[in-house]
Amino acid sequence: MNLDRIRNLSIVAHVDHGKSTLSDRILELTGAVDARDMREQYLDSMDIERERGITIKAQNVRVEWKGHTIHLIDTPGHVDFGYEVSRSLAACEGVVLVVDAAQGIEAQTLANAYQALENDLEIVAALNKIDLPAADPDRYAAEIEKVLGVPADQILRISAKTGFGVADLLDAIVERIPPPKGDPDLPLQGLIFDSYYDQYRGVVSAIRIVNGSLTAGARLRFLQAGRTHDVEEIGIRTPLNVPVAALGPGEVGYLIAGIKDVGEARSGETVTDAGRPAAKALEGYEDPKPMVFCGLYPVEGDDFANLREALEKLRLNDASVTYEPETSGALGFGFRCGFLGLLHMEIVRERLEREFDLSLIATAPSVEYRAHLTDGSTVEVHNPSEMPEPQTLDSIEEPYLQATILSPTEYTGTLMDLCQSRRGDMVRMEYLSPERLELVYRIPLAEVVMDFFDALKSRTKGYASLDYESAGWAQAELVKIDVLLNGVPVDAFSAIVHRSEAQEYGRRMTERLRGLIPRQMFDVPIQAAVGGRIIARETVKAKRKDVLAKCYGGDITRKRKLLEKQKEGKKRMKNIGRVEVPQEAFIQALRLEE
Amino acid sequence: MSPASRPAGGDFGVYVHVPFCTRRCDYCAFATWTDRFHLVDAYVEACVVAARRRLDPARPATSVFFGGGTPSLLAPGAVGRILAAVPAAAGAEITVECNPESVDRDKLRGYRDVGVTRLSFGVQSMVDHVLVSLGRDHAPDSVLRAVEAAGDAGFADSYNVDLIMGAAGESVDDFASSLDQVLGLDPAPAHVSAYGLTVEPGTPLAAAPGRHPDPDDQADKYLLADQRLAAAGLEWYEISNWARPGSSCRHNLLYWSQGEYEGLGCAAHSHSVDPRTGRARRWWNVRTPERYVKLVGQGGSGESAAEVLEPPARLQEAMELALRTRAGVPQGALPGWGTDESLDGLVELHGDHLVLTSRGRLLANEVAVRLA
Repeated sequence: MNLDRIRNLSIVAHVDHGKSTLSDRILELTGAVDARDMREQYLDSMDIERERGITIKAQNVRVEWKGHTIHLIDTPGHVDFGYEVSRSLAACEGVVLVVDAAQGIEAQTLANAYQALENDLEIVAALNKIDLPAADPDRYAAEIEKVLGVPADQILRISAKTGFGVADLLDAIVERIPPPKGDPDLPLQGLIFDSYYDQYRGVVSAIRIVNGSLTAGARLRFLQAGRTHDVEEIGIRTPLNVPVAALGPGEVGYLIAGIKDVGEARSGETVTDAGRPAAKALEGYEDPKPMVFCGLYPVEGDDFANLREALEKLRLNDASVTYEPETSGALGFGFRCGFLGLLHMEIVRERLEREFDLSLIATAPSVEYRAHLTDGSTVEVHNPSEMPEPQTLDSIEEPYLQATILSPTEYTGTLMDLCQSRRGDMVRMEYLSPERLELVYRIPLAEVVMDFFDALKSRTKGYASLDYESAGWAQAELVKIDVLLNGVPVDAFSAIVHRSEAQEYGRRMTERLRGLIPRQMFDVPIQAAVGGRIIARETVKAKRKDVLAKCYGGDITRKRKLLEKQKEGKKRMKNIGRVEVPQEAFIQALRLEE
Repeated sequence: MSPASRPAGGDFGVYVHVPFCTRRCDYCAFATWTDRFHLVDAYVEACVVAARRRLDPARPATSVFFGGGTPSLLAPGAVGRILAAVPAAAGAEITVECNPESVDRDKLRGYRDVGVTRLSFGVQSMVDHVLVSLGRDHAPDSVLRAVEAAGDAGFADSYNVDLIMGAAGESVDDFASSLDQVLGLDPAPAHVSAYGLTVEPGTPLAAAPGRHPDPDDQADKYLLADQRLAAAGLEWYEISNWARPGSSCRHNLLYWSQGEYEGLGCAAHSHSVDPRTGRARRWWNVRTPERYVKLVGQGGSGESAAEVLEPPARLQEAMELALRTRAGVPQGALPGWGTDESLDGLVELHGDHLVLTSRGRLLANEVAVRLA
């Protein structure tokens, strides 16, 4: 294929700014999908994606426009999947930046746009939803010019909903985005930028050919995974899968090579010809690194084996999830799981429950800590129970983020309060326009994991947006806090928190449990402790009344059944420090924590 | 007494359910209706027919209990027609539940004339605002009049007062005042039942969590009731019942000793024991008066459903019931006694039986689940 006739691009947009709708319009306008077969958000295939209006797994499609081949390379739309975004961008020569004409650019879109600029990608900017009464395209065009240097008069105005301006956008793509470069005669170098597991075909990867040619029947070498596989099928998505005999430089398509585990075809993997291998892999590959951890337990103890099987299956499709068996006195047998971020955690949990019909309890999310011991060794702590005893500890380090917040300027004060209360240090503050502000903070990941995003949204009526990236480690005054029931620690509620927040956490947890632990035959102290020192205490007073008032002819059967139920219930309770606790109380306490 | 040793042909009770009320209290989950007075005559007739059909003159009733609903809405003649159909032993206890508002001297004399020996008044409280809160339609004054009439009609030593503890807005002082006023009635009651207000599913009360009773408040009131009633010479003999010596309710004791009884009328429960197998059968009638009238008219018994209790289940139930009474349970029935510290202070040894203390009565369910 003539390289000059190819355009590879990614649509970059904030959640709800109209990326999926724009994709739908492009599919229609280029004739890729018959209007009859059209359904909304055609390219978002997972139920969760459609419901939440976000894209998790990238979908790619090839369309034809006025003699040119355009590859639309979808990108995941959430900050948890930043690495996947970077690999998708590495497969492009340009991006189409879609910004809501009533809201302006959001933090994450800006971060992705900066990333595109760093990679020397051409930016075609479009203000979408100009049909909305609240649209203010002039204002936001000026803002985009200021922050990204895209001349305001080159910014297109479109309505993906009505189709207005979409043809002009396609023309602009062809005119402004440069064609790919690549040498068909060099050894094959293909970049895998997304993979998913299909139960019938195995792993299906999205691939961009950089140099050389990928042919059906070739034997391939996967350079990072160090594996060799034979091509079973290559093809293009139009958006239906159409097998082809070969893919040349600049082309984007799919690859099926009998792989059973997406971990062997990760984003960023370089594919080459086993018989004539390229000298080196393409740049930019990173191993997945879980950032957020939580314990997942089946509500029904019998489901433990099913949960293990579900996690094994899920991992075939999502190599970034990690899991290890873990036991909790309160919750029984479960798994300590690692995720790329909070949304990723939520999605995995939801998929486990939905696709595998499980009912799960999740413990409060935590991050990884590095505990440096007095003997000079270092322990990685993924779970409060792994925290070494205080007397053996020299220091603890925690992971930090650099967080970028874009917000209307009226919320500057409340946002600075929020960041400071979450132990953030300001890196910089910049006005994008008289009305919009960029705030950059260095902030502990653990603070963001808690409920930072919700707090940010509620303090700014939803107007602020957030992006973040890893920013190394720093030492902090962290303590392990235990929650004790009648003097016995309940592992599910242990947490690692900053010393300044221990009191508040302890107070909150003890109060919450007081409301959830049923009254017993004796007073039950609920305490929060740091290293043996009690910092908060509540008491569940002994119950005084548990009797049926009436017991006449019609009540006797009922009373017997009630007592049977009460006896049964007692058997099912967890016994912690002589306290009978229904599983439901733990579940409730952890749900409230979310 | 354990079921195995209970002699066949002991006490036998008859319960007659009267499902009519002039208004429905919002905590009530019984089978009662306020809009079916046109059915009263047919219903009484059905009870008469059922009594003739089901009761064996060779097994005369030692107790008859008219419960409801509001049995005192029945005229003495109607009560008399039913009683005429019920073979009764000499000296049988025959009780009618009464709403203080719906009785006067003539009616009570009429009841006495047709054989009634005992009355039970649904007083609930002697404090105006508490009665309003319970959705009752009588005033405290009507209780004074009703009790005076009961004395005149010959029930001076054989009437009961029902009280409820824990209505929304009822203070401990309000309850203490109700107790004092009840104990000060003339003639004074020989029997008092004091019930913790219970939230029954499906009632208007259930739908109003703000008005649900506080168990700690009810515990305080219970202990107060126990003290004041004992001081007035009424001894507790079952969780919610206190009486002068010799004035216990024979019919209710029958329930708690797994005795045999036949229920007449809709939603009434019956119980019989097969002395050969030791198996018990308990059954209950259809819930609505219309259906009961129709089924009896077609020659049926009105039975809706039944359960059979095998001897081990009967023994278990016998212990659960006995535990609630002053008789208590044999020491061996509570194996945890002496080792399980949660039983400390809840039961005490009377001879070779373990009997609930006042604190223990409040936690009777917790003790019951520890029965062997």
